[in-house]
Amino acid sequence: MTGAFTDYPTTPSIFDETVSAEGAVRPGYDQITRQFEDFGLEDVRNRGEYVSKSYHDQGVTFDYEGEERPFPLDIVPRVIDADTWSHVEAGVAQRVTALEAFLADIYGPMQIITDRVLPRHIVTTSSHYHRVAFDIQPLNGVRVHVSGIDLIRDGDGTFRVLEDNVRIPSGVSYVLTNRRAMTSTLPEVVGTHRIRPVAAYPSRLLRALRAAAPSGITDPEVVVLTPGPYNSAYFEHSLLARLMGCRLVEGRDLVTQGGRVMMRTTHGLQPVHVIYRRVDDDFLDPVAFRNDSVLGCPGILNAARAGNVTIANAVGNGVADDKLMYSYVPDIIRYYLGEEPILPNVDTWRLEDPGHREEVLDRLDELVLKPVDGSGGKGIVIGPQASKDELDQLRRTVTASPRGWIAQPVVQLSTVPTMVDDGLRPRHVDLRPFAINDGEKVWVLPGGLTRVALGEGELIVNSSRGGGSKDTWVLSGDGRRTRVEPRAQRQVQIGTAPQVALKRSEAEPAEQEQQQQQQGGTSEAGAGC
Amino acid sequence: MLSRIAESLFWIGRYLERAEDTSRLLEVHLTLLLEDPVVDEEATSEVLLRVMGIDDEASPDHQTVLQLLGWDETSMTSMVAAFYGARESARRSRETVSLEMWEAINTTWNMMRGNRLQHVPAHRACQLVRERCAVVGGLADATMTHDEGWQYMMLGRQLERVDMTSRIIESAAYNADSPYAWTQTLRACGAHHAFIRAYRGAATDAQAAEFLLLNQLFPRSVLVSLQGAEEALGELEAGTAGRRTAVTGEAVRALGRARAELEFGSLEETMANLPERMSRLQRTCSAVNDAVSTHYFDGAGQSVWRAGVR
Repeated sequence: MTGAFTDYPTTPSIFDETVSAEGAVRPGYDQITRQFEDFGLEDVRNRGEYVSKSYHDQGVTFDYEGEERPFPLDIVPRVIDADTWSHVEAGVAQRVTALEAFLADIYGPMQIITDRVLPRHIVTTSSHYHRVAFDIQPLNGVRVHVSGIDLIRDGDGTFRVLEDNVRIPSGVSYVLTNRRAMTSTLPEVVGTHRIRPVAAYPSRLLRALRAAAPSGITDPEVVVLTPGPYNSAYFEHSLLARLMGCRLVEGRDLVTQGGRVMMRTTHGLQPVHVIYRRVDDDFLDPVAFRNDSVLGCPGILNAARAGNVTIANAVGNGVADDKLMYSYVPDIIRYYLGEEPILPNVDTWRLEDPGHREEVLDRLDELVLKPVDGSGGKGIVIGPQASKDELDQLRRTVTASPRGWIAQPVVQLSTVPTMVDDGLRPRHVDLRPFAINDGEKVWVLPGGLTRVALGEGELIVNSSRGGGSKDTWVLSGDGRRTRVEPRAQRQVQIGTAPQVALKRSEAEPAEQEQQQQQQGGTSEAGAGC
Repeated sequence: MLSRIAESLFWIGRYLERAEDTSRLLEVHLTLLLEDPVVDEEATSEVLLRVMGIDDEASPDHQTVLQLLGWDETSMTSMVAAFYGARESARRSRETVSLEMWEAINTTWNMMRGNRLQHVPAHRACQLVRERCAVVGGLADATMTHDEGWQYMMLGRQLERVDMTSRIIESAAYNADSPYAWTQTLRACGAHHAFIRAYRGAATDAQAAEFLLLNQLFPRSVLVSLQGAEEALGELEAGTAGRRTAVTGEAVRALGRARAELEFGSLEETMANLPERMSRLQRTCSAVNDAVSTHYFDGAGQSVWRAGVR
């Protein structure tokens, strides 16, 4: 029998989170690897198939070009120990706090520009800086209710920020469903680890949304606004709405009247107070943005400005997660918080800077080039993997619009064992922790979404590019589960046994016997004829 | 409740019932072709298709029927298309339908998507659809609150049941020369057993029709379905007391009129021109559908944004 980890390969320049370059299993993973060895490869594979079957039936999907696709969940969990996590958690919270302060500043006094920390044009030329959102004051000061900060681990295992998402980060629903799937598929493994739970996310989110309600509203009507069932994240929208007990509305369900947002119900119009929107800025309000949008609701921005409705996340947040702004985030953290960034960035060249541009254009074939406002892995060119024609094309595009591009070195993402056709093999992963800001505290969901690129050596992990996911286990304490002493002995009453039709079943044996004799008689008689 | 969600739930009810009834109709049709040695396959198939609103099919045989009422996802009348409709409506209202109900619907759809039913024997496929519809209905009943949304689903279901039962009876009326016609019709409504028990075996065609139309206790009879629809509308009406009663009134009135005609009219009269009476029932259903949708689904505050006009 081959074990689950037979011939597990490691590469010296790549950080594998399970097995070190010397071939030793890292702490945190020792119990899991032992248990997987005990299961054997065949059993692990069967369990993996069970997971995909149950996802298929539950309809845990994402839509890609109008087609529902299952989101593959890998059977091997990714483990993060308690110390590493507390570092990540603090880093994410710090980053979100700084971005929150930054947004409040640039949609208001613009102090950071006056103080010459950030060049004015970086803000004003961003396609996500919306002048219509200027001076809209959120009631509890929160613009980034939900955020997802993309992290990777480089060759040394250091966590670095790859990207900020403060518009409408998605993926949290898979964190919730992955954990449930793992609990039912690997009960022995889950049962022997102390894993920090993730199920509190919806109630935390609801609390933050309610806290953001317009003043004077004691019981706000919170709704989730979705673009509709053909959106790639529709599953997530419906899951969050269901878990929060909110209504899931589409743009056509909403109307604005006199600066208030109402929804069309079977009992007429009813007011809406907080909109957790999963529709992009561009489509949110045809009055202010794209006027051909049918996904939004005309007049919604005016209602927000009047303070009658809260839009979460706020309009215009995109200016902060632009990939060019990303390169300034360490400065932003120092400026607003007076602290050093806990999580470092990946080195970034700004192509709009002539010096940087010259250097990058010389080394185009060894760097990664990214469009500043792309998402989902779209438009990214990985130098070493690109053909000469692609690079020439890229050179022309970049020279034409340098503001639109940044360059980064090829970062070898860390790897985690993943079930593929050949057995368990290292595959590259990233991590998107989710943070919720309720105005008092930035809370980071323990774990987050680990995305894994299923192709060998593949570095782009986006689900739209065929990536899968892993359940992320943040261990608590030493990660081992021990039996907890019950606090107090409770007297348990003995209940009465369930009722049955007892008399009848007592009578039955005798009756059955007679019936059988009767039958026997007729058949004998029949045979005699 | 959001108008859009209410509409989705209403249509889940209708589509599920349609899928189930179509599968029953189809199964019975296939049995009839096998059991009756003198039946004219083409004529019977044509009657069935006409009753279901398809009249442009030249010389249909049982394969055509299977295709049009069974597998074809593009044919409006097939059971697969009906189930797909239910699944899409449920997907649009996924946060409202209960988790277990959604899973049952989705699992069923995974069993039939991509022409999978075609590779199963036809009887088995019909049985599968019928049973899965029962599972979905049962889970809906057991795991959803019986609130406004539930009433919409019930309304849709009862309305569809009236419509489909009337079509089934209509097809029997056209096939009246076959000695098996009414037995098969009773089977199509799942009523054969109940009918035999009620009339103790010795029964005529007229009694079979009476049972399907007027029985007070059998849940699929037209009368009980009409009452069910009225009841659901009544509950919904109670929720919106004092508002725009005139419009809902139309739906209630149409249902009430159809019921009264059935309940207090003479059976001989009904039997004399059964096909015409049945298509009148179908027209009533579509009138009720329209009244309900204008009143509840797109009445409130509709406004249109005209792109490009500033």
